[in-house]
Amino acid sequence: MNRRSLLALSASALAVPAIIRPSFAQQATITGAGATFPRPLYDRWSAAAREGAGISLNYQSIGSGGGINQIAARTVDFGATDAPLTEAQMAERSLFQFPTVMGSVVLTVNLPGVANHALRLTPEIITEIFFGRLNRWNDPRIVELNRDLRIPNIPVSVGYRADGSGTTWAWTNYLSRISEEWRTGPGFGTSVRWPAGNGARGNEGVSNIVRNTPGAIGYVENAYAVVNRLITTQIRNKAGNFVRPVNESFVAAAGAADWTVPTMAPDTIDLSGPNVWPITVGTYIMLPTNPVADRVEGSRNTMRFFDWAFRNGSQAASSLEYIPLTTATHDLIRSRWAQAIKDPQGRPIWTGAAG
Amino acid sequence: MSASTIKAPPIGARRKPGELGDKIFQWMCVGAGGFVLILLGAIIVTLFLGGLPAFERFGAEFIWGTIWDPVEGQEEFGAGVAILGTVTSSVLAIIFAVPVAFGIAFFLTELSPPWLKRPIGTAIELLAAVPSIIYGMWGLFVVVPFVQMHIQFAFGDQLAAIPLIGFLFQSTNFAGTSLFSASIVLAIMILPFIAATMRDVFDQVPPVYKESAYGLGATRWEVMTGVVIPYTRISVVGGIMLGLGRALGETMAVTFVIGNANRIATSLFDSTTTIASVIAMEFPESLTGSLQQSALFAIGFLLFVISFFVLALSRYLLRPRLK
Repeated sequence: MNRRSLLALSASALAVPAIIRPSFAQQATITGAGATFPRPLYDRWSAAAREGAGISLNYQSIGSGGGINQIAARTVDFGATDAPLTEAQMAERSLFQFPTVMGSVVLTVNLPGVANHALRLTPEIITEIFFGRLNRWNDPRIVELNRDLRIPNIPVSVGYRADGSGTTWAWTNYLSRISEEWRTGPGFGTSVRWPAGNGARGNEGVSNIVRNTPGAIGYVENAYAVVNRLITTQIRNKAGNFVRPVNESFVAAAGAADWTVPTMAPDTIDLSGPNVWPITVGTYIMLPTNPVADRVEGSRNTMRFFDWAFRNGSQAASSLEYIPLTTATHDLIRSRWAQAIKDPQGRPIWTGAAG
Repeated sequence: MSASTIKAPPIGARRKPGELGDKIFQWMCVGAGGFVLILLGAIIVTLFLGGLPAFERFGAEFIWGTIWDPVEGQEEFGAGVAILGTVTSSVLAIIFAVPVAFGIAFFLTELSPPWLKRPIGTAIELLAAVPSIIYGMWGLFVVVPFVQMHIQFAFGDQLAAIPLIGFLFQSTNFAGTSLFSASIVLAIMILPFIAATMRDVFDQVPPVYKESAYGLGATRWEVMTGVVIPYTRISVVGGIMLGLGRALGETMAVTFVIGNANRIATSLFDSTTTIASVIAMEFPESLTGSLQQSALFAIGFLLFVISFFVLALSRYLLRPRLK
């Protein structure tokens, strides 16, 4: 390489930032922290919105509890959580929450010779398994339901999330719904007192237990199960039908939920409907209802970001195995923004897509 | 530099100590030393104050209570299982590690040809430098499947049929993540510390004692058991305590392989939990000011107290003794 081409190269290296810089100058930056579950989607939206909406998002997936702590301390523009706040919790911290997408939780098993979506389980059997009272896979109750499968005679091992997580919140919520004994015993939360089984860290930890242990069963997020081609099961829903964990069942669940409740966090567990998947959950964004003056811009940009994502991001959500909300729900969220979030002068911060 | 550039002060006019520079230096050193003490004190106080609501709520029962229920509305916390799991996994690790460490130290000080001493000694020190997360990954992907497939599935039933001690192997947990796996991983992690301490104290035995014993016709084994071990006994125990101290606080490697279940392990193959794993798993999701976070601070405080006493004991046993 001679000197001239070197010079040309360094000149162009200097020029490139000079060309890009003006477009960076218009970028608004928002910061958010919270749930790990929607992180892949928010990252994807963030990359697209940098061009599309001129907003760049810095999202730190520190966990739902961390998200609630951070937004309560007002150190970020928005918090994200999988376990929605109750009305009292929202009022106490002056927060407003809205759903972005839904996810679903599925059961994955390791049974040699049993194919994906083949094994059928009822709520009663699932309860017995997670209480640790059903010890062998060839138990007559399971064999009865699965006459067309060859179920091996191996011990049942339960795998669960030992770290606090929204997935556990959803799964234990389902268990409390189908079993009175579970509701009054272990109950539901981001981590509970498991009567049986082994704990692991994250979806990858649970899927690792299941993959390594013949006879293991565990719950993971559907997105994780699809990407890693885990063997999942059918579950009998409230209507009495065995449903497969596929897109139609999830969308049916999103349509069956009533999003108009004050918290915007309706019951999405074990809904009635002929082909509804019983374990679906929303993932939520929390915004302060009374942002301080220098946080107003961040709140407005957060709403602009999600407004853009609702209009343009559903395709990306589906491709990542998240369940997008309906257009009617999106409109409802926008009208709630205008009602709930006020700047220090008491004016609504959200004034439509142009603002 | 030529001699002429050095200007020695004239005799009788030497700079006196205690001038400004010396004072500053002295106070900086005092500050650095004092800082460590303040830091240690501040950590203890922070942990204790953070844990105070839990101690107040559950009283002394917090230490032996076995229920750990973080569900809102029915919260109840007891550190019993975590403390028991921490202590049993560490003690088992010591039981597995000490014979091997003794073998290494014996080989290095008595049997090894001189050219082999250095490479083996270096290898042991390098083992101590492997980050604990690496041991965790290795434990999860190698030790756990091995324990599960080649021990538990292969001859777990035969082990469980042994009279009297069979219950130690009787388990309904077949995932391989267990107290046993955790102890194996911990044993390998603390092995270098114990082996290095043993080698160093064995080397300190004055050669004249050993030579006298050899002169009387003692075998190598007799010299080891009759001279070296009695001479170094207390220091060896100190080294073991040092390893125990490390095993007690180990977090990530144990979290990967112990199964994280708040149940008392009645068998080697049951899963249980340790203080450090509970904190690592639950702290990020605990809400600020919640009873759960306070309970996590409180067990952190208890771990601190346990480790403090073990390390203090090891320092006491390893203190240089003037004869």
